[in-house]
Amino acid sequence: MELYNLSIRKAHELLVKKQISSVELTSAVLANIHRLDPKIRAYLTVVEQRALEQARKADIRLHSRENITPLTGIPYAVKDCFSTRGIRTTCGSKILQDYIPQYSASVVEKLNNAGAVLLGKHNMDEFGMGSSCENSAFFNTHNPWNLERVPGGSSGGSAASVSAGLSLFAIGEDTGGSIRMPAGFCNIVGLKPTYGRVSRYGHIALVSSFDSVGPLTQDVYDCATVLQTIAGKDPKDGTSLPDPVPIYTTSLEKSINGLRLGIPREYFQAGMEAGVETVLQDAIRVFEKLGMQVQEVSLPHTRAALPVYYLILFAEASANLARFDGTRFGYSTNQKVESVIDLILQTRQEGFGEEVKRRIMLGAYTLSAGYYDAYYLKAQKVRSLIREDFRSAFEKCDVLLAPTCPTTAFKIGEKKQDPLTMYLSDIFVVATNLAGVPALSLPCGFSEGLPVGMQLIGNHLSEEILFQIGYAYQAETEWHNMHPLIT
Amino acid sequence: MNTIKYEPIIGLEIHAELLTITKMFCGCSADHSSLLEPNTLICPVCTGLPGAMPVLNKKAVEQSILVGLALNCTINEVNIFARKNYFYPDLPKGYQISQYDHPVASDGWLDILDENEGTRQRVRIRRAHLEEDTAKLMHKGNFALIDFNRAGVPLLEIVSEPDMHSVQAILSYANKIRAILRYLGVNSGDMEKGVLRFEANISVRPLGSQELNTRTEIKNLNSFRSLTQASSYEINRQIDLYNNGLDVNLETLGWDEVKGETYSQRGKEEAHDYRYFPEPDIPPILVDRSWVQTISSQLPELPDAKNKRFMEEYGLSLQEVRSLTYEKEFADFFEKVVTLSSSPTKMIYNWLTGEFTRQINERNIDIQKIPVTPENFAQLLDLFSSRVINDFTAKEILVEIFISNKNVRDIISEKGLLQISDENYLTDLINRILSENPDPVKQYLAGKESLFQWFMGQVSRETKGKSDPQVVRQLLQKILKNNN
Repeated sequence: MELYNLSIRKAHELLVKKQISSVELTSAVLANIHRLDPKIRAYLTVVEQRALEQARKADIRLHSRENITPLTGIPYAVKDCFSTRGIRTTCGSKILQDYIPQYSASVVEKLNNAGAVLLGKHNMDEFGMGSSCENSAFFNTHNPWNLERVPGGSSGGSAASVSAGLSLFAIGEDTGGSIRMPAGFCNIVGLKPTYGRVSRYGHIALVSSFDSVGPLTQDVYDCATVLQTIAGKDPKDGTSLPDPVPIYTTSLEKSINGLRLGIPREYFQAGMEAGVETVLQDAIRVFEKLGMQVQEVSLPHTRAALPVYYLILFAEASANLARFDGTRFGYSTNQKVESVIDLILQTRQEGFGEEVKRRIMLGAYTLSAGYYDAYYLKAQKVRSLIREDFRSAFEKCDVLLAPTCPTTAFKIGEKKQDPLTMYLSDIFVVATNLAGVPALSLPCGFSEGLPVGMQLIGNHLSEEILFQIGYAYQAETEWHNMHPLIT
Repeated sequence: MNTIKYEPIIGLEIHAELLTITKMFCGCSADHSSLLEPNTLICPVCTGLPGAMPVLNKKAVEQSILVGLALNCTINEVNIFARKNYFYPDLPKGYQISQYDHPVASDGWLDILDENEGTRQRVRIRRAHLEEDTAKLMHKGNFALIDFNRAGVPLLEIVSEPDMHSVQAILSYANKIRAILRYLGVNSGDMEKGVLRFEANISVRPLGSQELNTRTEIKNLNSFRSLTQASSYEINRQIDLYNNGLDVNLETLGWDEVKGETYSQRGKEEAHDYRYFPEPDIPPILVDRSWVQTISSQLPELPDAKNKRFMEEYGLSLQEVRSLTYEKEFADFFEKVVTLSSSPTKMIYNWLTGEFTRQINERNIDIQKIPVTPENFAQLLDLFSSRVINDFTAKEILVEIFISNKNVRDIISEKGLLQISDENYLTDLINRILSENPDPVKQYLAGKESLFQWFMGQVSRETKGKSDPQVVRQLLQKILKNNN
């Protein structure tokens, strides 16, 4: 097996046994980036020298056998929505095309302290607004399983990268499926943790009340390992949760026999591709075989999830994106302007892409006097009904199973001109962000040669159980071990 | 001509910077007004860099609760922060984190004295809410420069109901709020540093009418002077408009200090829609009863209570007491001197509000940094009242201790300032002066009594002001009588 396709767990074993060095591992991944990334285009920025320097430091640490963590010497990359000190951070937008931050996001700091080796920054839909990576201001990312298809979004660069061996893991961010959906399209594991489980400090906010930072990895074990490192209370994020972080990797092999698996009726009525449904039914049989009790449950307000999600998204995003005004950092217009307000307007006119501007306008509209009650406030009320749906479902079962996306990866350009159809691809993922609960997306088969993902949705702070079930599933199946053949 | 008498209706918004150590949402020092280079107290949070997040300063909430309690407000159990959205270069995030429908405190009141009418009057307080201050803009030539040292400093906005009806009343209200904030230790009261800023909402109506006419709002009044001048200008402007059959427009006004005029900043049509919505980065703050009780136990004696106690304990009038209690440090100084000194309280009051205050004003001394210790001042007064030194010397020593705060007794012995009341010495001196000045003696004896003061002056001159005037007076009267 090539070094760049190693799981974190395996690579760690080899590093600790000194069968490989971090510099060797990092160099192998960098070489693979040189070889494949011109086709995949997962990276917006690669910091080769810096990565090799970090790898050398990791090797010293490994050599001294002190302070070694499961991620010491492991090369990874982050979605370009995380602030990285001294490394260009664009968030996929022209408005930040040359922005070099002065500080690093807490998640990057934590990984850095653990000794992980940062390779660079992954392509994404501009400010996370999109489900295909086609809204990146820079270029499209291609699905490693079929280069004519999208990798999903918005963390599309990250999913494609992990799938193609361009990084051993990635950190993405999930506002409404942005980790899970591309993970499903690219046949890897993606976790949207409980809201507040991982610090958002330094993540360029899209929707502050939905945004969840999480790992994209090759398998469940690796996912548990990364979450272990990045989870926990951060004094810089007032919404991060104080609850202690369990040691996820030690309980992975716990039996799932007797656990109750809920199948939300509405999700299977909403319509999905036949190939996706077939694969899902196969997965359900695997869970039954593993001793889980499968039962149907209802999430009655599912139909409202998508409009509520977008209403709240538009509103919060319109404010979150107000700071990009061309006065302190990032892109600023070169046009001659008459006043500072004109400078702000012109900069934003030129710096933001179409989808971003569309959402800002919708957001400003729904928050404006006379419309607030009808849109934003009502959306928040329905949001609490959706939360209640989940609360009562989790009285009847331990986890829910649903497809991650109604389709497999679609063709680049196929939905670009039709934002509403694009929004519909998020139909199974957004409700969890509204409820703030965790969801783990896993590879569960193929339809016409393209990967299909499913998600296990758990109750508040139930990541441990999600990992146990996912781990048991992966012990029983081989889907996650399949790598794309890129020619 | 039939002139209508008008009544102004005024509500005041006071923006008070809180005296927290750090800013409202980050760890930067909030001490922006000390003379620092621009943009030295900044970080990713208070400059609104992408990804930076606010974390609420608990002290800012506690100080706000303290103010709410002092202003007899209801302290709200649920505090929610909200984003107030608008673009301006001094607002780095493109929104201000403020409070909207769930402020810290609401429905309070404050009693003030309307100096014009001399009557006590109640001003209702609508609400007090927390928000972050903006950056400072400076214009240099064609450039606007931004200093973010002030950005994110906690501000408490105290909003009154439109319960004031004269410029005197708003001045009295504003002064009292300032005094209370200073008593609570939550605001420095230093007007020159812009730690208190006012906005006045003004309308006028014919006296006796119950209607509310269109109001205007004057923004950014940074001193008591501009508050009173702008308000009285605006009241008169509105009265003139009505008298000329014109209407007042609903608008936001600025105040031109140089011209002494208000001017229109924006009209009703351009009114901002701030698109408030709850701040998702800051979870709601629950203020439970026990937290309020803990804070309540820290409430110091406030001006009204102090006035009452001073009147009772020291036998002073309200007028007298208020000149002592306006500044808490001054009231504390007075009380310490009273405890330390055996001189009459009234005399202490006279000296403090007289010579002592004159020194403070002449030397432009910050009342929080009185250079004289109460012990030294008490000693000075006691030496004076026991006639060890005279009035002239006491004033001289007062100047000296304002410069050095040297021990009063040391100054007296170093400079030989002890009062001369030795009768033999003074008798000899008087006899000599009288014999050297036969003409004035004759004139005095002939009935020109005003010359008595001249003789007193001669003795004082010979003793370089150290003679005990009471003794001199008695001796001089006796000797002149005998000369007759």
